[in-house]
Amino acid sequence: MSIVINKELCKNCGKCANVCPGSLIKRDEDGQIFMKYPKDCWGCSSCIKECAFDAISLYLGADIGGMGSRMSVENKGDLLLWNIRKMDGTTDQIVIDKKEANKY
Amino acid sequence: MGIANRKILHTDILIIGGGTAGCYAALTVREHSDYSIIIAEKANIKRSGCLAAGVNAINAYIVKGRKPEDYVDYCRTDADGIVREDLLLSMSQGLNRVTDKMEKLGLVILKDENGEYVARGNRNIKINGENMKPLLAKAVEELDNCQILNRVNITDYIVEDNQILGAFGFSIEDNTAYEIRAKKVLCATGGAAGLYRPNNPGFSRHKMWYPPFNTGAGYAMGINAGAEMTTFEMRFIALRCKDTIAPTGTIAQGVGAKQVNSLGEVYENKYGLTTSQRVYGTVRENIEGRGPCYLRTEGITPEQDDSLKRAYLNMAPSQTLKWLESGKNPSEQNVEIEGTEPYIVGGHTASGYWVDNDRESTIRGLFAAGDVAGGCPQKYVTGAMVEGEIAAIAMVKQLDEGYTEPELDEEIAFDRKIEEYDHFLDTDEKMFTYEAIEEAMQKVMDNYAGGISTHYQFNEKQLELAKEKIEQLQKLVWHISAHDMHELMFVYEVKERLTVALSVIAHLKDRKETRWHSFAENLDYPEKSKDWEIFVNSKMVDGELKMIHRDLVRKGDVYEHSDK
Repeated sequence: MSIVINKELCKNCGKCANVCPGSLIKRDEDGQIFMKYPKDCWGCSSCIKECAFDAISLYLGADIGGMGSRMSVENKGDLLLWNIRKMDGTTDQIVIDKKEANKY
Repeated sequence: MGIANRKILHTDILIIGGGTAGCYAALTVREHSDYSIIIAEKANIKRSGCLAAGVNAINAYIVKGRKPEDYVDYCRTDADGIVREDLLLSMSQGLNRVTDKMEKLGLVILKDENGEYVARGNRNIKINGENMKPLLAKAVEELDNCQILNRVNITDYIVEDNQILGAFGFSIEDNTAYEIRAKKVLCATGGAAGLYRPNNPGFSRHKMWYPPFNTGAGYAMGINAGAEMTTFEMRFIALRCKDTIAPTGTIAQGVGAKQVNSLGEVYENKYGLTTSQRVYGTVRENIEGRGPCYLRTEGITPEQDDSLKRAYLNMAPSQTLKWLESGKNPSEQNVEIEGTEPYIVGGHTASGYWVDNDRESTIRGLFAAGDVAGGCPQKYVTGAMVEGEIAAIAMVKQLDEGYTEPELDEEIAFDRKIEEYDHFLDTDEKMFTYEAIEEAMQKVMDNYAGGISTHYQFNEKQLELAKEKIEQLQKLVWHISAHDMHELMFVYEVKERLTVALSVIAHLKDRKETRWHSFAENLDYPEKSKDWEIFVNSKMVDGELKMIHRDLVRKGDVYEHSDK
């Protein structure tokens, strides 16, 4: 369980590093944000919700059945748009309305 | 390298841990007083603690037609009697009050056409809990005279003549050591994960049920300071979705999925339905060759598939990712389940500080709330908030009654602590690392103190070996080093987990019965015994853990400290 940061999209704002409950994301000497401790990630997705540039995505390690898909999330007002990109290039999206309670 | 700055801060109330209980306590202190507050949080309060990813439901609520006493009865049954009914009742009485407050802060709760909350079973209500922690944190950030120290890791209490005077710690961002002097301290650091080898010990080692960043700091500080602790033998093992270690309750309750073995037989009724029996049943089915075990979701409707995927995004997004990635919805493939490694967590089972009804520990002025507070299981999120509230009100009341500052040679104590931090902050390569010690500890606990590999079972001989090996590891800790302040936190985390591990071993050894399958499966004493309808407590005296047996606190009775 961990995250990948897309360096081309990342603006190094540091919001992800600020919110990580394990303080696992750091800034290197050149100011670039990076995931310092990938094995220590809980998979909570706090960082991907902070990112306004769609630069971070969550993936499952191969040891827990991961097959290379990546999940990121866009914040649009009351909506959370969860985007899944699979290895074969196909995508999926689930839209969650924050004002709606879980049915279960 | 080394500690470059020292800061000495003064406050009326210090809250250690800005999670669910700690944040709620801060709000309550401010509602009842102007006393100054410092929150010391090792991450950032916005998403720290158990609520980082969110929570799928309010699991402790008194639904229409039920009474707080009913909730107490449920908790007592699930823990097979080893509970403090005074604590459970005061917790249960506050559940709906804190839920109302969370709704005012913006929590979305499902209501029916009459404006009533929609219940999920007898004790739960339906919410969108994805943003519960940010809502709580925002309210705390807006408080006056409440200083939040994010990324400050507390390592030790300052205690003199059994009275709390504050705590020591350090920033993981810069090389600053902190001495925080406080008149009252609330410990709300959460429980302990990472004591045992986890389900996924490799790359995904932190894909676990409980926050891997809750490393038992509060327990360890209490043990080292001589606080009385209770029920560490009642470990918690969650029944979870395999690999992602995502919750199973949402599937079981949401779509009525039964636990089935590989033959398709429903086995849950054979073993019983308490939390520990559900885990035990799954273990037995596997041992007897009928594994793997599943939640039977095949055949649910497409709408149910959709609702499940959405519900998991709001609390455990990895499970939704897994469904999407595999290309198979739960309706097409049963969800495989497994037990987790054991955790110590007072919000589900009853491990933690031995407190009075105000949640004050046996150290004067030191309070505990949430997963570090013992005797009061099944408190979940709302119960942790109630405990924060109860402790906050009690701290304010004590401060209103007056406070006399005791004498302390503070300079010397702080100097010694900084020397200790500096000892570890050493860039030289050492033979052992914090990671190696952690791995060794998890192996010992797994093999000899009832981990996954022994199906959670143990005997006395194994526990004696576990004790010996953990004590050896404690000696090695002095010889490991930290290259930066974050690694210094890792060093203290492994140190505190070793301390908690020794308490767990001592408690498991002391309770000579098997009251809870899997949670404490003692092969030397496989039966439950009436003689053990007592609390097993412990206290560090002159470097040795002393075991203490105490009576249960039953309906109508209220325990008070008499020998603090």
